[in-house]
Amino acid sequence: MSEPIASETVAEHGLKPDDYALIVEILGRHPNLVELGIFSVMWSEHCSYKSSKKHLAKLPTEAPWVICGPGENAGIVDIGDGQAVVFKMESHNHPSFIEPYQGAATGVGGIMRDVFTMGARPIALLNSLRFGEQQHPKTRHLVASVVAGIGGYGNCVGVPTVGGETTFHHRFNGNVLVNAMCVGLVDADRIFYAKATGVGNPVVYVGAKTGRDGIHGATMASAEFSEDAETRRPTVQVGDPFTEKLLIEACLELMAGDCIVAVQDMGAAGLTSSSFEMAAKGGLGIEMNLDRVPLRETGMTAYEIMLSESQERMLMVLEEGREAEARSIFTKWGLDCATIGRLTDTGRMVLRQNAKIAADVPIPPVSGASPVYERPFRSTPKPIPVVAHDGDSGLSPPEALLRLMACPDLASKSWVWEQYDSMVMADTVGGPGGDAAIIRVHGTNKGLALTSDCTPRYCEADPQAGGMQAVAEAWRNLTAVGARPLAITNCLNFGNPERPLIMGQLVGCIEGMAKACRALDFPVVSGNVSLYNETDGRAIQPTPTIGGVGLIDDLDQAGGLAWPGSGRQLILIGESDSWIGASLYLREILGKEEGAPPPVDLVVERRNGDCVRNLIQGRLIDACHDLSDGGLMVAVAEMCLASGSGARITLPKGLHSAMAWLFGEEQSRYVLAIDAEHQDAVMSRIRSEGVIARLIGITGGEALTVDGFDPIPLATLAEANRGWMQRYMA
Amino acid sequence: MSLRAAVITFPGSNCDRDLAVAMETVFGKPTLRVWHGDTDMPEVDLIGVPGGFAYGDYLRCGAIAARAPIMAEVIARAQAGVLVLGICNGFQVLTEAGLLPGALIRNASLRFVCRQVELEVGTTFSAFTRRFTDHASIRLPVAHHDGNYFCDHETLQALEDEDRIAFRYGDNPNGSTADIAGILNKGRNVLGLMPHPERAIEPLLGGDDGRLVFESLMAA
Repeated sequence: MSEPIASETVAEHGLKPDDYALIVEILGRHPNLVELGIFSVMWSEHCSYKSSKKHLAKLPTEAPWVICGPGENAGIVDIGDGQAVVFKMESHNHPSFIEPYQGAATGVGGIMRDVFTMGARPIALLNSLRFGEQQHPKTRHLVASVVAGIGGYGNCVGVPTVGGETTFHHRFNGNVLVNAMCVGLVDADRIFYAKATGVGNPVVYVGAKTGRDGIHGATMASAEFSEDAETRRPTVQVGDPFTEKLLIEACLELMAGDCIVAVQDMGAAGLTSSSFEMAAKGGLGIEMNLDRVPLRETGMTAYEIMLSESQERMLMVLEEGREAEARSIFTKWGLDCATIGRLTDTGRMVLRQNAKIAADVPIPPVSGASPVYERPFRSTPKPIPVVAHDGDSGLSPPEALLRLMACPDLASKSWVWEQYDSMVMADTVGGPGGDAAIIRVHGTNKGLALTSDCTPRYCEADPQAGGMQAVAEAWRNLTAVGARPLAITNCLNFGNPERPLIMGQLVGCIEGMAKACRALDFPVVSGNVSLYNETDGRAIQPTPTIGGVGLIDDLDQAGGLAWPGSGRQLILIGESDSWIGASLYLREILGKEEGAPPPVDLVVERRNGDCVRNLIQGRLIDACHDLSDGGLMVAVAEMCLASGSGARITLPKGLHSAMAWLFGEEQSRYVLAIDAEHQDAVMSRIRSEGVIARLIGITGGEALTVDGFDPIPLATLAEANRGWMQRYMA
Repeated sequence: MSLRAAVITFPGSNCDRDLAVAMETVFGKPTLRVWHGDTDMPEVDLIGVPGGFAYGDYLRCGAIAARAPIMAEVIARAQAGVLVLGICNGFQVLTEAGLLPGALIRNASLRFVCRQVELEVGTTFSAFTRRFTDHASIRLPVAHHDGNYFCDHETLQALEDEDRIAFRYGDNPNGSTADIAGILNKGRNVLGLMPHPERAIEPLLGGDDGRLVFESLMAA
């Protein structure tokens, strides 16, 4: 039994010689293959956060309204009236590149299970997608299949997909990002956790049967790709949304009673991680009989059973003697339900198959004591700001606007979101296309505002500033619909952390995020880290995707970006210094990716946002939109398209560069549309709060006009904006 | 009058709650929920067959659900004149069960489509549409992958001649024959439609044109 395992086999499991030595020390003998597999997945980057753990600790995770922060399946925030919102975002990048339909579909399925594992009914999905450049031969296929996979899963389960982002850049040619977020609703006194208690209690397997799919998915997701990524297809799981729907209904029906002690979904590393995590959290052991695991195919070994990532499965600890209740509910829904083990007081995981011991390992060192790396890191050198003068391109504002509105990042994504059912559950107040989606809390007049944000080019130029900006933009998007921002989840997508510059990006982004979270009282309650997004040494742009959740106490006081008619005054909130560095304008119009990103002054951010939110809640505003990619000009254009009404913009006198003023990307800014009648009251209120504001124009007509330039007919603007994606995917 | 309504739940139904809630909101009384495995149900005036992916839409959309235990009872009630409303997947189930003619095949675009669509009310001569004005133009959401209505020439002729086309698309989102979005059976007590009236009963959610379907039923 104590023969050493060949070093090639150890390496194939993603373990270093030092790791192996540590395993031998823990066991006091050499591991068998099953045990090696268990260590391999539990110590994979994906499951253990061994590169990021030390730095993640810098993120603030607490606030009076936080019920459960990171460490459980998902974060939980109190929304009053005895209810709570449960949410998390997770990556499925590696599988989505190898097998885009199933990779994206199972990403959606997995994140939903994280939410309903905690007793919550999933009520909304969002996704953040980053693809390679449009000319790359794989991009079209990846877009089509990822979108179909997300839709195919979410639509069938019947949870609305209400928002997200889709952008394109050559740095994602070899590694796409598919980040999915799920939001659920739960009664605050009916939350379920993963901590196993009660020696002797049964360990019960429910859901789909176990097959040979997805073995070593977690290890695959923790390695770089080379050109032969295709050969890893068998490590991608296959999803069945129909079974997921049944599993949700069956679990929630069982959760309405009181026989569940602990529950954990089988996600990455399947039965291994779910059983180890539940036992570790309770400080107990488990004895499992693998002969009782429901199997899809015959002849599966203990190794395969423990490492399978078959989808739509859950592991529960029930009260002793209550298995029949569970069985009757799962049978009603046509799902398997099998008692496969018992809790013990040994602190060890003992697995039996065919009356033999297949593995026997102590639990705490496997799940709690993975090696933690202090990876060396190097900061990105501070970029040199690009001065306003550099914005002049020879194009007029209308010409530049039409080009920007038709560029892949800003072009309308209706081709994408029309493939998602955004209205099922009949509570979608604001679907895709706004600053933040708005979902009504079922049966009430309260709403949840949901958004996902990140600007990878800012993070690339200056990780700290970019991390800070991503959090601030999420906060701003929630504010722009009148919501009180509550908390965030995140998905940190980076390259190979063994390279100091990449590690420095991760550290910088986390530090920037932490500062913004603190200043904005916007804690992190859940998250996920996806490293090794690299192919042949080329890394993605650093992308710390932020998923934000806010609360609207009264939906009659929610905001939107469409104004109701002509004659509304347009007010620009926030200071404009014509910051063109790292802007979309600089990249798309001048073909330059350089300069420092716009800095975020967190004090100003908060002051401006609080002011805007109060105005929205006081119903003094007809429309509101935050400024981001493409600056003021693009924001007003988007409002025109949403309203079906034009606007006229007046340039301030003495501008150094009109283009930089119109397309610069200073932070903490909003455009408001107000009734002329309220103008004096609103302006004096804004000024009394120390917020900088300026009247910039008026709504009306059939065109968007910048004084002194040709009007842009709305139809032309709409065609430029809607045409690109339709043509690209045709 | 107060309508007694029931909504069937198949494994994979996902608009059953939405339909039950819409009926409760308009009818002002609880909707009876009926499980697919049941073989009987209390006496009701209206049976709703909801949207979703019954039995995962495996084999063909609605094909397995049409053979569920409860469907024998739904067919018997429909033949006895009870009102039956099939929405989206429910429409597919009703065609597979033989209560409505034709079939719903894959959208011409081969993609799922979810958006608000313009519809014309084809007939107000039915319990489901009597409160609309003739040829009214309305907006309802669609959300489906297989909403492309197909039938042979004789069936289409009969539908036209007998004034059984309840709704037609203004801007056909799926390639349906003759822009058909919803049809009635010969007895005019069974309606199947792809758009979702139950998602359009209040302005907050983007429109309330669907409410008139339920208000029409109230007046039945």
